[in-house]
Amino acid sequence: MNSVLHQTRDLSRNGWAVWGLALIAAWLFSQLTVDLLPWAHKYPRDWIWPIRFEITAFMKWLVNDATFGLFTFKELTRSVSWLLDWPLTAATSLFSTGLMKGQGSDAVQLTPPLAWLAVLGVLAAMGHYARDWKLAALVGGCFLYLAVFGQWDSAMVTLSSIVVAVPIGVAGGLMLGILAYRSPWFEKAIRPVLDLMQTVPIFAYLVPILFLFGFGPVAAMTATIIYAMPPMVRVTVLALRQVADEIVDFGRMVGCTRRQMTWKVLVPAAMPSLMVGVNQVIMLSLNMVIIASMIGAGGLGFDVLSALRRLDIGAGLEAGIAIVVLAIALDRLSQAFASRPPPQHHDQPQGWVRRHPWLSFSILWIALTGIGGLLLEPVQAYPETLELTTASFWGELVKYINITFFDYLEGIKTFFLLNLLIPFKRFLLDIPWAVIAALAGLAGWRLGGWKLALTAFSLSLLIAATGQWEKAMVTVYLCGISVVIASLIGIPIGILAAQNQRAGKVVQVIIDTLQTLPSFVYLMPVVMLFRVGDFAAMIAVVAYALAPAIRYTAHGIRQIDPNLVEAGIAAGCTRWQVLGKIKLPLALPEIMLGINQTIMLALSMLVITALVGTRDLGQEVYIALTKADTGRGIVAGLSVAFIAIIADRLIAAGSGHMRRRLGLAEEGGGK
Amino acid sequence: MKDSPVKLSCRGVWKLFGPDPKRFLARHNHAPDNAAIADAGLIGAVCDANIEVREGEIFIIMGLSGSGKSTLVRCLSRLIEPTGGEVIFDNRDLLTASEAEMIEIRRHKMGMVFQHFALLPHLTVLGNVAFPLEVQGVARAAREARALEVIELVGLKGREGYYPRELSGGQQQRVGIARSLAVEPEIWFLDEPFSALDPLIRREMQDEFLRLQSVLKKTIVFITHDFDEAIRLADRVAIMKDGWTIQIGTPEALVTAPADDYVAEFTKDIPRAKVLSAASVMEPPGGDYAGEVPAEARVADVAARVEAADKPHAVVSDGTIVGQLTRQIVIDVLVGREVGGGGQT
Repeated sequence: MNSVLHQTRDLSRNGWAVWGLALIAAWLFSQLTVDLLPWAHKYPRDWIWPIRFEITAFMKWLVNDATFGLFTFKELTRSVSWLLDWPLTAATSLFSTGLMKGQGSDAVQLTPPLAWLAVLGVLAAMGHYARDWKLAALVGGCFLYLAVFGQWDSAMVTLSSIVVAVPIGVAGGLMLGILAYRSPWFEKAIRPVLDLMQTVPIFAYLVPILFLFGFGPVAAMTATIIYAMPPMVRVTVLALRQVADEIVDFGRMVGCTRRQMTWKVLVPAAMPSLMVGVNQVIMLSLNMVIIASMIGAGGLGFDVLSALRRLDIGAGLEAGIAIVVLAIALDRLSQAFASRPPPQHHDQPQGWVRRHPWLSFSILWIALTGIGGLLLEPVQAYPETLELTTASFWGELVKYINITFFDYLEGIKTFFLLNLLIPFKRFLLDIPWAVIAALAGLAGWRLGGWKLALTAFSLSLLIAATGQWEKAMVTVYLCGISVVIASLIGIPIGILAAQNQRAGKVVQVIIDTLQTLPSFVYLMPVVMLFRVGDFAAMIAVVAYALAPAIRYTAHGIRQIDPNLVEAGIAAGCTRWQVLGKIKLPLALPEIMLGINQTIMLALSMLVITALVGTRDLGQEVYIALTKADTGRGIVAGLSVAFIAIIADRLIAAGSGHMRRRLGLAEEGGGK
Repeated sequence: MKDSPVKLSCRGVWKLFGPDPKRFLARHNHAPDNAAIADAGLIGAVCDANIEVREGEIFIIMGLSGSGKSTLVRCLSRLIEPTGGEVIFDNRDLLTASEAEMIEIRRHKMGMVFQHFALLPHLTVLGNVAFPLEVQGVARAAREARALEVIELVGLKGREGYYPRELSGGQQQRVGIARSLAVEPEIWFLDEPFSALDPLIRREMQDEFLRLQSVLKKTIVFITHDFDEAIRLADRVAIMKDGWTIQIGTPEALVTAPADDYVAEFTKDIPRAKVLSAASVMEPPGGDYAGEVPAEARVADVAARVEAADKPHAVVSDGTIVGQLTRQIVIDVLVGREVGGGGQT
């Protein structure tokens, strides 16, 4: 035992020495070689690998000339569009426009859409079915809000997209997940793709899809489905693996065929975990549907986007709040479905209606409101005269804040910019790219061996080689500062939440809500107070990325073996000593995972803040999107993904290292 | 039972975990020793298992956790593919059966009960019990009728509409038992069926199991880590340690003639009266009897009767008197004195 301790101490002392030497070498290198090795400081223009033009050319070829013999690529995308178009049209007719005949302005409405009272009633009934009256009231209240505050029409457009995207995303994810569960080969093939898809920023999806599918609701739908599917695949594989071995053995012992095994044993047994995946698909779809307004999804996202473009704070906030309301309703509803209490026995009542009370109510209610809507206008559509608008109120409020507190807000912003943001940015941009890449490689080697070193170094090299280095450093700087601030705020809150039960409950509700909000929504208040620029972006990123830092810290501290804490108290530790000497060191690996998540969220938000005028990779993707320049968008998007992958692998390796040292993880191997 | 035909047997069955175990086994002529296995970096979960289970017999595989008993029973049903050997069921080698044939055999001839019940949470008791028949494609009315029969057999009538988690552990295992019996299997595997239950319930379930077996007369392979349970239920016991089968015999033989110290250690605290049969401790017949006891009866079960009587009891086998049991013998057995019984079997 003693020798092991000794070794670890030697190793860590050794580690500091390595890092000290490396940093000194790096500094010397940067100082001495400006003239000798200019290429190491600024990546030479001539060396840039013109992959982005190659990608653009390839995409052009794909769209214009590619053919699979029987049909061309264009026909393929067209038929996908067509396939997605009809359910989307059906959903839109149902919720928003009614069944139409004819084209454009000549179109005649054959039947009206579902009456607003019908939608509200059915969703409330779902809430009651899934949990109780309280949830029914919450869901009903949310939709009532949408109607009263004049957001109904846009919300229904958004809802129709979700109603179509979610089943497709869930079914697709389930199928791929089952395939991956059955075939280890397929899983190996699909895992890196999933990893990449979850780290490529949301905008980057839009560029190639815009190029392939054009501008419009179907393209937006495609992007939404592709974006929301990967977590379902992961959840499915995990859920199926978690099914008890005995259940699998049982299935085989009664002679299930493979199909029976999957659909009669595995999937039903894994249902509660699978429902968690469904909840994720719903929330991600909502997030993406909002952002996909940039490539033609209408609805609430479009309202926010156009308000942002007009800098119409009032209208933007109204739509933003409507998104929040919709997100909360959908999240709580789907979570309630996921955690619905297991079935209870009951004497089967007689008659279909009695056995299906909620379904019968819904059908009856839709019929009633449908007939009522034909006779009475207010049943069909919420009367416009009763709509409230808060836009002018918000506008006035923001004006008042900006006039009254202008000096303070501006002071804070300038202070941060001058003392923190700009110096750090300069510092990062001054370091030669070769030095940073080498340091990334060194970190990889120290934490995870030569394989990780190679990954970190070659990904850094790729970023430089595609000519993205400066922009990437801006991304790193903004992300880095935001993550540090988010951790400084989040970790103490997490500690507080873990120490104090009541605070913990409050914090839980807040971060749950924060995490359901689509990333777009965070931009509104920030723009309102700080207008555009790096500082505004930083605030939005910190707000968006805060939740995991809190959640993981709290979880890390709560999961510590209570015996260890008791041992500390018995040994006479004060509260602070227990916290500092026992809880925090043991929770450190978990806290690091939280920071890892924070980095991932920060990167994904950072790209979206391109809308408020940052000058980083996100801006690059955004510009590519407006110009439909696929190569540019993909290269910039992949660079963000590379940064994410480097950070993720390094931190995961560091956390694993620490876990092993603390003896928290079982040693690998086993049978 | 000794003369019943062999229903299920395995010969030289190995299950090794690790790199390329098949070739290793072939290289060592299917008889590697522990040292060779360890040297090759392999783990021997089942080593050279040879057992024979006769029709209508309760064959118990006993061992502590990690001894390979669960792996062995899964090799017998081919849930786990053995590394080598033969598993003979009804005179055919299961290891040569195709996947489709295995499905047929499992559907109609095998039943299995699991330690943690393995009930499907989304189905009612009725749905769970009818499930094996549903998989076979039996029509709903027929399978539910059959399911109701077995549910009644295990004493759960009236609970058909309940979901598994609404039942107690003992009730859940009754469902597991009913489910495995729904297809009328020819061989019945029970993998530590009562280990997850409270001691009192366990006892009750053992009695229930014996009652069922007295009606059904199935061929049974029963896994347990509890030696008391083994001697209480078994016709014969195989004791496993670190993958090897170290002794196979009747509970009586294990107690009276343990193969090695390991077995002796297990049997040390077992009250002899619960294991020894009347036949194994009787003396030659005298003439004047107070009553009769069956030859295979355990001493503990007849002790009170014999002890209370003034005269010895006749030990009867197949209608003929083969010996007698006296008060003194019973007391000797009960206090643990060596008994120089007449007919050791």
